[in-house]
Amino acid sequence: MPLKRMHFQFCLQTSYKAAIKVSAALKQGHITPTELCQKCLSIIKKTKFLNAYITVSEEVALKQAEESEKRYKKGHSLGDLDGIPIAVKDNFSTSGIETTCASNMLRGYVPPYNATVVQKLLDQGALLMGKTNLDEFAMGSGSTDGVFGPVKNPWSYSKQYREKRKQKSHCENEDSNWLITGGSSGGSAAAVSAFTCFAALGSDTGGSTRNPAAHCGLVGLKPSYGLVSRHGLIPLVNSMDVPGILTRCVDDAAIVLGVLAGHDPKDSTTIQDPVKPFVLPSLTDVSKLCIGIPKEYLTPELSSEVRSLWSKAANLFESEGAKVIEVSLPHTSYSIVCYHVLCTSEVASNMARFDGLEYGHRCDIDVSTEAMYAATRREGFNDVVRGRILSGNFFLLKENYENYFVKAQKVRRLIANDFVTVFNSGVDVLLTPTTLSEAVPYTEFIKEDNRTRSAQDDIFTQAANMAGLPAVSVPMALSNQGLPIGLQFIGRAFCDQELLTIAKWFEKQVQFPVIQLQELMDDCSSVFENEKLASVSLKQ
Amino acid sequence: MAAPMLRLCCPGRRWALACIDGCSRHRRGAPNGCTSSRRRGQSSVAQQPFITAQKPRKGCTDRRVDSVALLIAPAVSEHEWAAVVGLEIHAQISSKSKLFSGSQVHFAAPPNSLVSFFDASLPGTLPVLNRRCVEAAVMTGLALNCRINKKSLFDRKHYFYADLPAGYQITQQRLPIAVNGSLVYSFCAGKNRSQVINKTARVKQIQLEQDSGKSLHDDLRSQTLIDLNRAGVGLLEVVLEPDMSCGEEAATAVRELQLILQALGTSQANMAEGQLRVDANISVHHPGEPLGVRTEVKNLNSARFLAKAIDYEIQRQINELENGGEILNETRSFDSKLGCTIPMRDKEGKQDYRFMPEPNLPPLLLYDTESLPAGADPQQVIDIDRIREQLPELPSVTREKLVQQYGMLPEHSFTLLNEVGLLEFFQNVMKETRAEPKKVTSWVLNTLLGFLKQQNLAVSESPVTPSALAELLNLLDRKAISSSAAKQVFEELWRNEGKTPAQIVSEKKLELMQDQEALEQLCHAVMEGHPQVVMDVKKGNPRAINKLIGLVRKATLSRADPTVIKEILEKKLAS
Repeated sequence: MPLKRMHFQFCLQTSYKAAIKVSAALKQGHITPTELCQKCLSIIKKTKFLNAYITVSEEVALKQAEESEKRYKKGHSLGDLDGIPIAVKDNFSTSGIETTCASNMLRGYVPPYNATVVQKLLDQGALLMGKTNLDEFAMGSGSTDGVFGPVKNPWSYSKQYREKRKQKSHCENEDSNWLITGGSSGGSAAAVSAFTCFAALGSDTGGSTRNPAAHCGLVGLKPSYGLVSRHGLIPLVNSMDVPGILTRCVDDAAIVLGVLAGHDPKDSTTIQDPVKPFVLPSLTDVSKLCIGIPKEYLTPELSSEVRSLWSKAANLFESEGAKVIEVSLPHTSYSIVCYHVLCTSEVASNMARFDGLEYGHRCDIDVSTEAMYAATRREGFNDVVRGRILSGNFFLLKENYENYFVKAQKVRRLIANDFVTVFNSGVDVLLTPTTLSEAVPYTEFIKEDNRTRSAQDDIFTQAANMAGLPAVSVPMALSNQGLPIGLQFIGRAFCDQELLTIAKWFEKQVQFPVIQLQELMDDCSSVFENEKLASVSLKQ
Repeated sequence: MAAPMLRLCCPGRRWALACIDGCSRHRRGAPNGCTSSRRRGQSSVAQQPFITAQKPRKGCTDRRVDSVALLIAPAVSEHEWAAVVGLEIHAQISSKSKLFSGSQVHFAAPPNSLVSFFDASLPGTLPVLNRRCVEAAVMTGLALNCRINKKSLFDRKHYFYADLPAGYQITQQRLPIAVNGSLVYSFCAGKNRSQVINKTARVKQIQLEQDSGKSLHDDLRSQTLIDLNRAGVGLLEVVLEPDMSCGEEAATAVRELQLILQALGTSQANMAEGQLRVDANISVHHPGEPLGVRTEVKNLNSARFLAKAIDYEIQRQINELENGGEILNETRSFDSKLGCTIPMRDKEGKQDYRFMPEPNLPPLLLYDTESLPAGADPQQVIDIDRIREQLPELPSVTREKLVQQYGMLPEHSFTLLNEVGLLEFFQNVMKETRAEPKKVTSWVLNTLLGFLKQQNLAVSESPVTPSALAELLNLLDRKAISSSAAKQVFEELWRNEGKTPAQIVSEKKLELMQDQEALEQLCHAVMEGHPQVVMDVKKGNPRAINKLIGLVRKATLSRADPTVIKEILEKKLAS
């Protein structure tokens, strides 16, 4: 392998791994926003087969890069995100850029406005590379059920995974055994994981940001409900949705959260109090921390590897002086069922607006308005969406409302109270697994239906949504198969900064390995022929 | 049934007073059965209205006889029916922008010109509550003696309709902003209608909710056109308990509510512009038995149709039940051309609205002076007590004041308030004239209003200004002109805008003859010229003097005061 390319490989995967570092390089003029943008665009082309993006907004990104470059030249950078390539899940409205929710219903729909979070990133000079793939309307946990096809996990093509497979596998076709990313923000996770951008927005309703983050070796943050505006996020469950952040390190997540957090007059559920900028101190002493280990999260379905990493992590905290205690969240077992009722009910309601009249897909049938509605919705939604609409409407029927919806709301309150009790007892954060196991091959994943998979995969994550708590998945180590495993920290409501500070300490301790995509990048030599960049990487 | 079911009690002044006698009695047979007893005796309004079911008849020529029978036999019989009417009144809130979006609110703007992304339900948009609408709801609640809920909630009510872009309406089903109030509305009754009788309809609740858009059905092209200008405009839904028993009562209650809303400025409440729409829930039952199955008559957008529709529906239900039929719990609409209610096809069957809490709006919290958090930003909180302090005078108080201050008949106070702008006109005249209030009242209510009605004009369109009328009444008051001359001046004022009453009087030489001597000479001359009439008077024919007075007035070109003439003549005749 030529030396020059090795340099870039190093640069891309370590020094430039973090947006915070590339930002420094931009400020020092070692690389220009346009160069950076072009590099990411070429990686996007190179990794097109991952199906991470639904829309690549090349022209927009290059234009934004040009403007960013002018600012840097004048020395008027807008901040840490100026000139940094980012990607946005395709369920956030982007002005002038198609926003599909991976559904036929919204194919060709071009919103006339930006979601508040998108606007905030653009106001900071970030470069919008494109809109990322997802499960239709974010309903799923694999990023396999969108109208544009499944997203492939970049780790399927990593050196780490391939080498382990070579040792084991005998005759299996390599390509047909690619892994899922998890979901529903799988496109965003793949985009960040494969170096096409430095940060991506996901959405998190039951774990949709943390789950793919765990499967793709990324930091996946679900902020406190109400901290970040949902205006422009096409809703799944309004009372649980939160814009999520996917990055390659905790510091980057903190930078992005710092930009996004705060009251939005367009979202009445955002906090009124002003939000202080997010600066993460480097924690050196964890001896004053109390880490809670919820015993109910030790389920039989949990893979032994995840289980052992979880206890290893607990031991790590303990060995560094933190107090680690077993805690109980007694209503955990009711959580998934309760989530199902509340989620489908809100889905039934939220999806009612897709009738083919004002925007989106409209069928050709025009015998009557009702017939038009029926055909439009049949053609526009996939089975998963239609199934959830049907169950949701069932739960909301007058005769069922008390027995299902109201009961689920009560259970939700109990679940939220479980967390309050634990945090009131002195626990600072909870440490849990993010997923049951590492990512599974697509062929394996689709053996179960969407509902079953969602119920399994959201098991550790959705409770934080029900309680509105901040939670972050941090990659810890590779499994025996060479695949990432992440652990989740759940914090007190609106203590996102404290949560990330602990996550950052943990990140530093575990030194999660960088994904090695040499084989994937091999043919892309032209991208890496930048002496200046190579030299920067050496300096850093 | 093309004929009106209920004849108006006071044609041309329908809203001045509601007539109560008989209107709450419902009989089997032709729906206009309750008309005829109206002019007979004043049955007590407080009395539970009973409707006697009569044997079916061919035609209804002898209904007057029935009414008499009905009046003299008030005892409850098993055939009697009582009607129960409850109302849901939707009043558009008078506000610059919509309930949850920043789009402007305007009547008759070009279609779809006032539509925000939220109003069109673009995915990802969220509702943001309009403070002004909340204040309007609180103020209305206070004016209707409601308990204001310091915490209220928003809900989604789901149904698919082309002019409901989100597929649901945001409303307040579980915990509305105001509850348990009352609406007092009044009738004038008794001799000379001088007795005011108050009736009360309980206000179940007032809720804030969104209006829908408008659907325009083009049957020729079989198209439906949607205008979303109205979609999302704030509504106050005022729910009145079924405390009314006929169309007239319902219409009077609605009229009073309309006046209150207008006095508060919380709604323009113009029915013709759809700012006030009424749904009526109607059922009939035998007194003492459980309430009957109710029907809902929707979208009644004129006071006249409201009363008509309710009375029609009551009679329809009685007829149906009398003929062994049954009442379906259904939604009906009123066909104003045919004068009847018909089932609404697209609302057939029971709708399950699948209510659920609106997750995008936190609970609406209100404060009073006691609960107001210290240091709270007045822009961020709503203080019920401050709104209470700002409550303007309510119509009932205004009427009472008019009666007390000016010795006005209650009936007249109703008329003054019921005609838009008439009270203000009256008060402006009062400011500028020395004339007696009773005189002013009479001129405003009889002369001015008569002219306005004749030409179908609103008070604001009157060619005679309050100042001109005041000046005219001043001339009359200091006897510069006679009453009949004053009428003439008024007619001139009506025709020639711009001229003052004084100008007209002088141009037309209408001032009263003040010269006593000249008048005496004229009287003398008339007596000389008509000796036969003078003889008649002297013979004791009392009417003869009137003839002489008339002749003298004619000679003065009607410029002399007839009482003065009479005095002179009597003096001369006696001598």
